[in-house]
Amino acid sequence: MIYSMGQKELDGIEDVLKDTLIEIGVQCVCLIDMAGNIVVSLEKGENQHDIYSLAALAAGNFGAVNSMAKIIGEEEFSLLFHKGDDVSIHFSKVFQDFLLISIFGQDVSLGFLRLKVSEAIEKIKDLLTLSLNT
Amino acid sequence: MAFINLKKKEVQVKIVYYGPGRGGKTTNLEYIFKKFQDRIKTDMVTIKTQGDRTLFFDFLPLGLGQIKGYNIKIQLYTVPGQVKYNATRKLVLMGVDGLVFVADSLVERKQQNIESLSNLRENLASYKKDISEIPLVLQYNKRDLAKNDIPLLPVSVLQEDLNSKLNAQAFEASAVEGKNVTETMKQIIFLTVASLERELK
Repeated sequence: MIYSMGQKELDGIEDVLKDTLIEIGVQCVCLIDMAGNIVVSLEKGENQHDIYSLAALAAGNFGAVNSMAKIIGEEEFSLLFHKGDDVSIHFSKVFQDFLLISIFGQDVSLGFLRLKVSEAIEKIKDLLTLSLNT
Repeated sequence: MAFINLKKKEVQVKIVYYGPGRGGKTTNLEYIFKKFQDRIKTDMVTIKTQGDRTLFFDFLPLGLGQIKGYNIKIQLYTVPGQVKYNATRKLVLMGVDGLVFVADSLVERKQQNIESLSNLRENLASYKKDISEIPLVLQYNKRDLAKNDIPLLPVSVLQEDLNSKLNAQAFEASAVEGKNVTETMKQIIFLTVASLERELK
């Protein structure tokens, strides 16, 4: 299977992620698919993360957590969060096939981030629907 | 599930090395990592058990350069070969575009090879994929052990056991020495990219 996204849709998604997440202090945000491909990635200047490895691990991690959910009788865990001393990582599912990863420091509160992630996902969904249906 | 980023003119392709435990899948990737270090900007990711066996997967991103104006990014993965890790094996197969089946040439591994191939067939079926329709290359690994008088399965037996119906291209290889490791990788990349091109037309 193969799918593609054009300049207009990708620009739209980047704008949403920039305005809602990078703007509030998120260091790095990636939209990936469940195969580990990177659809969009944005970093705030100085932080150069190895995003290809991160995407592969995040997709695997999310898949593993979903399998655990099924074992305990849950359909899925739609939200996943790992807390570090200085930097934390938050995952949120977008439709069935995509995952939004946000890497953020102590200057951003988890509650505010979750609010902004929800806002971003609603906007991204419209763009993804448009893109995947054309 | 390959992804084409029309903005960056980039294609991301997922290739998975599959096969029985201790067959040499990780060694294939380690050799590629050493040989193509100039094209690989990052470290190889490995998730291992304490006993140095693959627990989840190995991952190696490889830049292939440009084909028809598009940057091709190959994502190489291995699966854990041990039977008990089927759940994670299945996860790694999600969205696979091309497969290398690394068979172990040791005589005593005959049955494990057959079982692993059958397991691959089943796991692909769970994603509604047919093994005969996905780009596939077979690699008969550890052929170098013949010079140490270690009994190996003849290639004709491996072909009969694993490839009689698939008719995939097969390479005799030694992942430890690097023999036919690059050739195996080149062939699966060629087949996978050609398959994606056909799908796009």
